[in-house]
Amino acid sequence: MDIHKFLTPPAEMARRKGPHDRIVLSSRVRLARNIKDAAFPGWAKKPERVRVLDLILPAVQSLPDLKNSFAETMDRLSTLDKQILVERHLISREHAAKSAGSGLVLNQDESFCVMINEEDHLRMQSLRPGLQVRQAWVAINLIDSALERKLDYAFSPELGYLTACPTNLGTGIRVSAMLHLPGLVLAEQINPIIQSVNKLGLAVRGLFGEGTEALGNVFQVSNQMTLGESETAIVERLEKVLAQIIDHEENARGSLVEKKPKVVYNHIGRAYGILANAHSITSKEAMNLLSLMRLGVDLDLFPGTDRAIVDELFVLTQPAHLQKQHSEKLSAEERDLLRADMVRERLATVSRPVTNPPPGPTLDKP
Amino acid sequence: MLCCVCKEKEATVHLTQITGDKMQKVDLCEECAKTKGVNDATGFSLADLLLGLGASQEIEQAGGGSELACPRCGFTQADFKKAGRLGCPECYNTFAEALEGLLKTMHKGTQHIGKVPESLRHSRDVADRVKSLQKRLSKAIEAEDFEQAALLRDEIKQMNARTSGSPAT
Repeated sequence: MDIHKFLTPPAEMARRKGPHDRIVLSSRVRLARNIKDAAFPGWAKKPERVRVLDLILPAVQSLPDLKNSFAETMDRLSTLDKQILVERHLISREHAAKSAGSGLVLNQDESFCVMINEEDHLRMQSLRPGLQVRQAWVAINLIDSALERKLDYAFSPELGYLTACPTNLGTGIRVSAMLHLPGLVLAEQINPIIQSVNKLGLAVRGLFGEGTEALGNVFQVSNQMTLGESETAIVERLEKVLAQIIDHEENARGSLVEKKPKVVYNHIGRAYGILANAHSITSKEAMNLLSLMRLGVDLDLFPGTDRAIVDELFVLTQPAHLQKQHSEKLSAEERDLLRADMVRERLATVSRPVTNPPPGPTLDKP
Repeated sequence: MLCCVCKEKEATVHLTQITGDKMQKVDLCEECAKTKGVNDATGFSLADLLLGLGASQEIEQAGGGSELACPRCGFTQADFKKAGRLGCPECYNTFAEALEGLLKTMHKGTQHIGKVPESLRHSRDVADRVKSLQKRLSKAIEAEDFEQAALLRDEIKQMNARTSGSPAT
């Protein structure tokens, strides 16, 4: 099956709504599971990986929740398609590098995705727009319980679910939220926030997870410890911290507008100016400027403009999504030109930011 | 001082992380620091790097020089040092001793709390029940309450028969 007939169009993707989606882009819960009596994917030889894949793939597809899902082995997906899946945060960069012996199952509304033979035999994730970590946990817990009746998981009463890396041992759970925090970045409060979040045993990472930079002021907050604490305790702890970060971000935005309006208007106005007029732009620059425009929409500086216009561009300007819109293979320079053309065209209907927004934008407090 | 990753070049990047009352130090050469992403001001991978290095060191110490290998998959401590990941589920038994200290620094506890597969939940309940019955049995024997002891012995027998699959009648 062609994955593009299956994937949600970016325009529709950008219109997904969720609680606190002005700051929380998405919530995710990932579970790591492995099959008893089989070497982990990183150590297993190819025949064993294929055997495990042939065992897991039909088991996952047979779940009632995964009817009409997209299922494919990684060797049958093109590099470009894999990159598109990475840009949509459906698979990891590590998984995109896999080929024969690894696989992928994705449900119809893209709220559930299984990577087979990534670092572990099974990496399943449940995704929700906005702040919905608890809902994501409830959903994935049900699917995991259904799957454990079909597969023999590697589990020890002392150490819990056994994983390739000891950092995921126990519950095998990674609860995370993707946050848009331009206010904290502009107010230069982001580093102390990251430090205090780290002290609580939570990790803060960039847009594409481990070891990546925070492009477009997007940060991922997730639990780090998985052993010695129950799933619900981890979910609750993350929920508490997320509520506080949302609070801090709203406060930072509020005080920036109040105390340094010129700084805020300058950043947003320049971002709009470049995006609406550039003839060549890299994906990195586009993302950083779109982040400021998104802030502008949140602060009512673009009256009548739907945030979805910006969010859709956030997806469409990424390299693989851009390449997909053109049949011929593009060089990085050619992409920069076509990216700028697309952004200019799409922003043609958006007028430049106002400097006197209607008073008192509503705060989005959890 | 040599870089503790490549052990070849002079270490010029020195990192210290203090968690609780534990201090960990890592010394890296410029090249390794770059490949590990330590130069990145955001420094997100520092914790992972520290954990990874600590892991292999502890495994090495616990091995006492002899090359411990997993009987199930042939994975060795040298492999763990290279990959930072284990070979198979059985490796957790093979390297249990070495992993214990590592898990303590990495996680909140060393005993799993949370979800248990349903098939095991039942046998786990039985195991717990048998354990507590056995405790009561030894107490009864100690107290020379042989009537009670006989009852407990029968109950344990029954429980064990049930888990091994034969009908408990």
